[in-house]
Amino acid sequence: MGYKKTVKKYNGTINKVTLGTGEKAFEIGGRNVMPFYKFDGEAGEQAKVGIEISDEPASSWSEAFAELYKEAGDDTAAWAKLVEEKYAPDFICLRFDGADPNGKNKSVEECVEVAKKVADEISVPLVVAGSKNDEKDSEVFQKIAEALQGKNILILSAKEENYKAVGAAGALAYNQKISAESSVDINLAKQLNILLGQLGVKKESVIMDIGSAAVGYGFEYVTSTMDRILLASLGQNDDTLQMPIITPISFDVWSVKEALATEADEPAWGNQIERGIHMEVSTAVSCLVSGSDAVIVRHPKSLETVKKFIEKLS
Amino acid sequence: MGLTGLEIFKLTPRTNCKECGFPTCMAFSMKVASGAVEIEKCPHISDEAKGKLSEATAPPMKTFTIGKGDAERKIGGETVLYRHEKTLVNKPLVAVAFDDTLNAEEVDAKINNIKDVDYERIGEQMNAEAVLVRYGTDKESFLNILDKVSQLGKINIVYSKDASVAKEAIEKVKDTNPVLMGANKDNLNDMVAIASENKIVLGLEAPTLEELYDLVQAADKAGHKDLILNTTGEEIGKAFENTVEVRRAAITGGDRTFGYPSLVFVNDLAEGDEFMETALASTLVLRYGSIIVLSDISYKRALPLFGLRQNIYTDPQKPMRVEPKVYEFGAPKEDSPVLLTVDFALTYFVVSGEIERAKSPAWLLIPDAGGYSVLTSWAAGKFGGSVIRNAVKESGLEEKLTKKRLVIPGKVAVLKGDIEEELPGWEVIVGPDEAMQIPKFLKELV
Ligand code: SF4
Repeated sequence: MGYKKTVKKYNGTINKVTLGTGEKAFEIGGRNVMPFYKFDGEAGEQAKVGIEISDEPASSWSEAFAELYKEAGDDTAAWAKLVEEKYAPDFICLRFDGADPNGKNKSVEECVEVAKKVADEISVPLVVAGSKNDEKDSEVFQKIAEALQGKNILILSAKEENYKAVGAAGALAYNQKISAESSVDINLAKQLNILLGQLGVKKESVIMDIGSAAVGYGFEYVTSTMDRILLASLGQNDDTLQMPIITPISFDVWSVKEALATEADEPAWGNQIERGIHMEVSTAVSCLVSGSDAVIVRHPKSLETVKKFIEKLS
Repeated sequence: MGLTGLEIFKLTPRTNCKECGFPTCMAFSMKVASGAVEIEKCPHISDEAKGKLSEATAPPMKTFTIGKGDAERKIGGETVLYRHEKTLVNKPLVAVAFDDTLNAEEVDAKINNIKDVDYERIGEQMNAEAVLVRYGTDKESFLNILDKVSQLGKINIVYSKDASVAKEAIEKVKDTNPVLMGANKDNLNDMVAIASENKIVLGLEAPTLEELYDLVQAADKAGHKDLILNTTGEEIGKAFENTVEVRRAAITGGDRTFGYPSLVFVNDLAEGDEFMETALASTLVLRYGSIIVLSDISYKRALPLFGLRQNIYTDPQKPMRVEPKVYEFGAPKEDSPVLLTVDFALTYFVVSGEIERAKSPAWLLIPDAGGYSVLTSWAAGKFGGSVIRNAVKESGLEEKLTKKRLVIPGKVAVLKGDIEEELPGWEVIVGPDEAMQIPKFLKELV
């Protein structure tokens, strides 16, 4: 008896969502098989990889990043331009670390100014992330959504705590895309999608950030949540979970010991920045294989490796 | 994929002789089908029928033991595709590859790397479990390298398509329960003979999955059922597809012809790009690799890969715990604060990461709190005044410290009074609710 291939067909398909405008705009989603299972059916749009930049100088991350981006100085827009020209990411994620009320507490106006300048300098889609302070983020997001009308940006993220304000301004009033952030729990992810739907946000405007973790730091919750979401969205055609997934893995990876410990702290571990890249590549790829349609990384070498990986598997 | 009662009934002599202790063959068969009784209880069942039954009830994927002594590991034996369905049982093994083109220095460098990367992480010893030595054309070099690397006491994987060279190599390491890779349609009988004689696992390879399938059946026919399938393929996409299809055919396709562990040459696929190796190895931890072959090992590769593997292969029912003890950050002194949290690994990692980030010396005291999050442990009565007192007393911190400050998680601020009563002489400080506020908190505390 010869080999008979076991093909797994699903009823459901991941929604397609468009980010950006013009030539560099792209879609994610459209897949009706498990990630990269093109041998089963329609693998949809190629997964996308973005690079993280910050409204704070790169030196706030580490000396190595400051060195890497020194040409841009402390100018966020120049940094964004440099990243786009030199490394060709699919999109750029601008994170407002400086907006944190417990940190620099930059004003909403300042943040909007930076976002505008960055948006003017780049042609790839823009993703805007906050400082993890729900209240402040929600103010910043509303104003940026307004200021960047027509740019079709992604706002990262609306959470249970602020989805009304962020969803209403971001998606309803100014027609931007919204990421719905939950914390590695399929039910919470589903609930937030439903709440956004009830608010009137169209499903074509929603991407999910279902939560993440660096590998070694509870990543089993991330992968199992994604497995379960896909088995529900594809297998049971559950349209409250068919939003594509974006995972900002760099937000977690660069704050774990493997990336933070200096060579003096851990002499046996070797080069610090390469350690961070290996952590980043491993985490990004693990998310993509589990279900992310887009990931955000910090180091250009991670971007290069993960993009190559995606191309090989697409 | 067990048989039904009716199917088992057809295997009995249907004489209702009652010797099995059941009134009829049918009643007996129903019990066997439910797993309550062993088929052996009927003395009249033919061996052929027994064989059929054990085949039908066998697990979808075989389990093998490879290596000897401390190096001994199990591979295979998975029953599900996704870890939330049931625990994954045998973690994929990492093998470091050597081939006969390496010079002595290169061999020594890899051997040293294998020795160096050996560390503990949450109760698990992390290192590369296997070495793989590949024969190309230089037999002398191949056998020399095998001699050298087999001294490491790892699982020895011998790779040779030349059966006579394979025989010589296996002869050298036969007492270590090695694995022999490199069997294909041209050398199958000779390779099966070596593997059978030494009772070792044999690795098969073929250009396509269809041919691999036929090869498994041929090996089976030749009498060898202890197999590993080389699912590498000529490029990355093919390797992924092969590895997924083989596992899926076994687990959900009910086809035991592919019910064997896989081996993937990540080193070849990555073509010298170490970051790509990490990407592929990580992929295979999630998607069905059993043995992952790397070109080399180092901490920067090991830390993410072994961390990921440890995560994926934890029991979903059992939370990961860290050892209850005092952890030190930045060479703490007698007046450094003592932070307190629970032994749930995730909590520990988040908290320790933030203390690390704060770059301010501190002690971190972890009591035995049952392996749950702060609030759950507290609600379960495992993280209260007396538990914390005992942990402090046993830690020996009181003798070390001149300034006794205990920082408790903000979420259990209610414990402050209790702890103060239990620990006279200590200043109990309520810390932040969320770990990310720790750096700021510590800065203000000092
Ligand atoms: S011992 Fe065997 S033959 Fe006799 S009744 Fe039981 S099943 Fe039937």
